[in-house]
Amino acid sequence: MKNFTRLFTVIDETTKTSEKTKAMSEYFSTCSPADGAWTIYFLTGRKLRQLVPTARLRQTTKELAGLSDWLFAESYDAVGDLAETIALLLPPAKNSSDIPLHKWVEERLIPLRNMEETEQISKLISYWDELTTAERLVLNKLITGSFRVGVSQQLVTKALSKTSGIDEATVAHRLMGEWQPTPAFFEGLQNADTKDADASKPYPFYLAYPLEQETSALGDPGEWLAEWKWDGIRSQLIRREGETFIWSRGEDLITDRFPELVEASQFLPDGTVIDGEILAWSEGEVMPFAQLQTRIARKTLTKKILNDVPVALMAYDILEFQGHDIRQLPMNERRQILARLLAPGTLDNAPSCRGQLHPTFRISPSLTCSSWEELTEARTNSRELKVEGLMLKRANSPYGVGRRKGDWWKWKVNPYSIDAVLIYAQRGHGKRASLYTDYTFGVWQEGKLVPVAKAYSGLDDKEIRQVDDFIRKNTLEKFGPVRTVKPQLVFEIAFEGIQHSPRHKSGIAVRFPRIARWRIDKPMEEADSLDTLAALIEGKVALKNSDTANNAIKFDTMADSSGEGE
Amino acid sequence: MASRLIQTTDRGLYCSAGDIYIDPWRAVDRALITHAHSDHARWGSRDYLCARPGEGVLRHRIGQDTSIESLPYGETRKINDVTVSFHPAGHILGSAQIRVERAGEVWVVSGDYKLDPDPTCELWEPVKCNTFITESTFGLPIYRWQEGSELMADINGWWEKNKSEGKSSLLLAYALGKAQRLMMGLDTSIGPIYTHGAVEALNEVYRESGVKLPDSARLSSNPKGTKYAGAMIIAPPSAYGTPWQRQLNPVSGAFASGWMMVRGIRRRRSLDKGFPVSDHCDWPSLLRAIQLTEAENILVTHGSSAILVRHLRELGLNADTLSTQFEGEEETPAAGEHSEDPEVTELASTEETTESTEVVEA
Repeated sequence: MKNFTRLFTVIDETTKTSEKTKAMSEYFSTCSPADGAWTIYFLTGRKLRQLVPTARLRQTTKELAGLSDWLFAESYDAVGDLAETIALLLPPAKNSSDIPLHKWVEERLIPLRNMEETEQISKLISYWDELTTAERLVLNKLITGSFRVGVSQQLVTKALSKTSGIDEATVAHRLMGEWQPTPAFFEGLQNADTKDADASKPYPFYLAYPLEQETSALGDPGEWLAEWKWDGIRSQLIRREGETFIWSRGEDLITDRFPELVEASQFLPDGTVIDGEILAWSEGEVMPFAQLQTRIARKTLTKKILNDVPVALMAYDILEFQGHDIRQLPMNERRQILARLLAPGTLDNAPSCRGQLHPTFRISPSLTCSSWEELTEARTNSRELKVEGLMLKRANSPYGVGRRKGDWWKWKVNPYSIDAVLIYAQRGHGKRASLYTDYTFGVWQEGKLVPVAKAYSGLDDKEIRQVDDFIRKNTLEKFGPVRTVKPQLVFEIAFEGIQHSPRHKSGIAVRFPRIARWRIDKPMEEADSLDTLAALIEGKVALKNSDTANNAIKFDTMADSSGEGE
Repeated sequence: MASRLIQTTDRGLYCSAGDIYIDPWRAVDRALITHAHSDHARWGSRDYLCARPGEGVLRHRIGQDTSIESLPYGETRKINDVTVSFHPAGHILGSAQIRVERAGEVWVVSGDYKLDPDPTCELWEPVKCNTFITESTFGLPIYRWQEGSELMADINGWWEKNKSEGKSSLLLAYALGKAQRLMMGLDTSIGPIYTHGAVEALNEVYRESGVKLPDSARLSSNPKGTKYAGAMIIAPPSAYGTPWQRQLNPVSGAFASGWMMVRGIRRRRSLDKGFPVSDHCDWPSLLRAIQLTEAENILVTHGSSAILVRHLRELGLNADTLSTQFEGEEETPAAGEHSEDPEVTELASTEETTESTEVVEA
C-alpha cells in the first residue's frame, strides 16, 4: 500500500505527463506482478463495486472522531471529497503496516463486501488504524469506488511500453476489453510472445481532435476523406469464432443492448471488426440522440422499445478483415474493403437482404472533397441532417491509437449559444472543492428567471475566483449546499442540442451546456428569454454567429464517452 | 453585562476603562499590539505598546521613529482603570496575548496563536480569564497539524529530491514568522539557503533579536546568471509566478500553508508541493486552548467562527461571534498578483463566518 500510495501521490502532485510516465514506469519495473495487475486495474479507471455503504463509512467516522452530523457535513463541504474528508477526520493511527496492494485488495477489501455490519465496521476501524492520512485517502477511494487519478489509459500504456519494451499499440490492445487483474495478466502484458487469443478483445479506439485551425492549413483537400459526424454511440462490432461482441468507446460490452445488430452480424465472416456509430435509425434517417438514450436506459428491451427506437450501425472503418489486423492499411483502402464487405448482395446468406444493402448496416457516406469551400458549405447543412458536423480523415492514414492530432479531425458546427443569468451555485468537487464552480443559469420568462442549464466552469482560474467571490458576497439563500445568488452576472452558454423536455421545469433540455464566456458587458435584463430558446427548437431563429464558438472551450467534466461519436 | 470590558468599534477592539485599543485597524492614540502581522499592526497610531521580544519586528513594520514601548512577558502595567500584561502566543517572534483586567474581571485577546512548539518564539501559555477572544482560522476538525519533526523531514526530503534532479527548491512562506520558523528546521547540509529580499529583511531583524537562524543570503546579492540547482530559496507567496522566479529554473515550487491540508486547494495551484503548516491553531489546539483558559465566555473572531461557536455551545460553553477585520492566513499564492506588501492577505474562505443563519441580506 505504501508504494501504491507513493505512486498516487506523485501522479497527483504533478501536471507534467513526463513525470507521471516516469513514476509509473519506475513503479512497474519494481512491483510484483500481482501488485502491477491491480495497479493497472485502478489507474485505468476500473473499480471494485462499492464495498461498504457510504452511510456506514460516514457514521463510523463520526463516531471515531466524536463529531456531530453538522460538523461532519461542514468538513465535507470544505473538502469536497468524501474519501478525503474521512481520511482527515479520523483520529491519528496507532499502528502502521506495509501490506502489498494485491493483499489489501484480495484478502482485505473484497471480503468486506459480504461481511456482517458489525464485522465490517470492526475491520474498517482496524485497517484505518494502521495507515497514514495519504494511505487512508487511497484506501477510502478504493472502498468507495471513487479512485481517480490524473492519468489516461494512453499514459498507462505508454509507461508499460517503456518498462517492457513492447510497442504501445500491442500494449493498448492487450489492455482493452475484459481482463482479470492477475499476475499472469501482468506478465502477459509485458510478454513479447503472448498470443492474444481472446476473441472478444476490441482494438483501442482512434479518437479525433476538434479542428481548431483553418481548413486551409490541412493542405490539399484531395488528400482528405470527409463524412458526417454522427451523434450516436461510438462502437466496435466484432465478429469472431461465430460470436458477436459490441464494445462502446467507454469499453463497456454492450452486445446485449442491440439484438438487431447481433442478429444481422451473423452474416459477417469470422475475423471482422467494424468501427462505427450506433444510431437510432428510422425510415431512412437518424433519430435524436435522446431517443437512443431512453433505449439504453431501459433494463429490459421490450418489443415496443425495439419497434419505437430501431438502431443501425453506421459503419465508417474496418480494423480487422479475414482475421488480419489491417489498421496499418491506409484509410481509403480500409474503406474500400468495408464497402466491398457490406455491398448489396455480398452478405448473400442474409435472407432479408435480397441483393439490397443490409438495413442495419449502413456505410457512412463519403462527401466529395474537391474544395474546402464546398465542404464548408456542406457543413452548414449539418443541423438539418441531424448530424454534429463533419469528420475529416486523411486518406492515407493508418488507424491510430487513442486521441492523436494530425490525421483525424472533428469539425463540428458552431454550438448554439444563449446569454443566461447565474442564479444558483454549488461548490465543486475534486480540484475545485471549496470554490463555487457548479452553476445554474436562468433565462427570462414573464419577468422571472427560470433555470435552463447547469454548467461547470468554462472559466479560467482568475474568473473562477472572481465569480466565487461574487457568490459568497451575494448569497440570498442557502438550501443545503446550494446557494441562491443575487441575479446579476450574465454568461454566454454554449450547447450542442436543444429539445422539449417535460421533465425540466423550463420545459426545455439542452445538451452539453458549458460556459463560453463571461458577458461582463451585458446587464442581466438583456439576457435571453425562454421564448428565444423555444424558437431555437423550432429552428425559427438563425444561429447567433458566436465569435467564441470556435475557440477552444475548456470543459473538463463533459466526458460523455458513449455519446461522443468521433 | 452592562458594558463589556472590550468592545468592537469602527476603529477596532476598544477598552473604554483603559482608553486603549488592541490591534486597531485605524489610527488611534494608544494601541496595544498582539503581533506585527499587517492585519494586526497598522501604521499611524500615536503610541504603541507591545511585548518586549516583538519590539524589533514591530519597529521594522511600522517605522523606526514611531513611539513604541514594550513590556516583558508577564509584567503588568496600569493604564487608567485597567491592568494590562502581555503573554506568549507562540505565533511569531514577540507575539502576545493581551490580558486586560478591571476589578477582578479578566479578558484575554489572544490575537493569532498556536500551541505547537516553534524555535523562533516562546511557547503559548494559557492565561486564565473570564472572557477569551480567540481566532478560528482553521476552525474545522479536518485541520490537524503533523508533528514539527515530521513536517521538516518532508520538507528536507523534498529539497533533497529536487537537488538530485538538478532543481532549485522554492519554498513559499510568510516573510514574517513562517519563513524563519521553517528555516530553523532546514537541513543545511543539503545546500545553501537563499532568500527573497522581503524575507531577508525580517531575517535580519530576527537575528538582531537573538534568534539563531541558519545562514542565508539575499538572492539579489548574487551575480546575474548564478545557478541555483540544489539550493533552497525562501520567498513570500506573492513572489510566485513573477518574473523574479525565472532565474531559479529549473525549479520546484512549494507553498507552506495550513490550507494545503486539503487536496483540492493544493491541486488548484500549479505548484509541485504543498506543506500543511501554520502558525495558527489547528482544531484540537483551539479546543485545548479554550479549555485551559477556563473562560466562561468565548468570543470567536476571524476564520470559521460560526462553526466554532456552534461547536462550543454544544459543549455547553457560552460562545459568540465577534466581528473583526483580522484576516488569518492567506489561502493562495495568487500567481502573477504581486503585491507591495508580502503580508497583504487576499483571503478566501474566511468570510464563511458570520452567516450560518440561512437568509442573508442581499
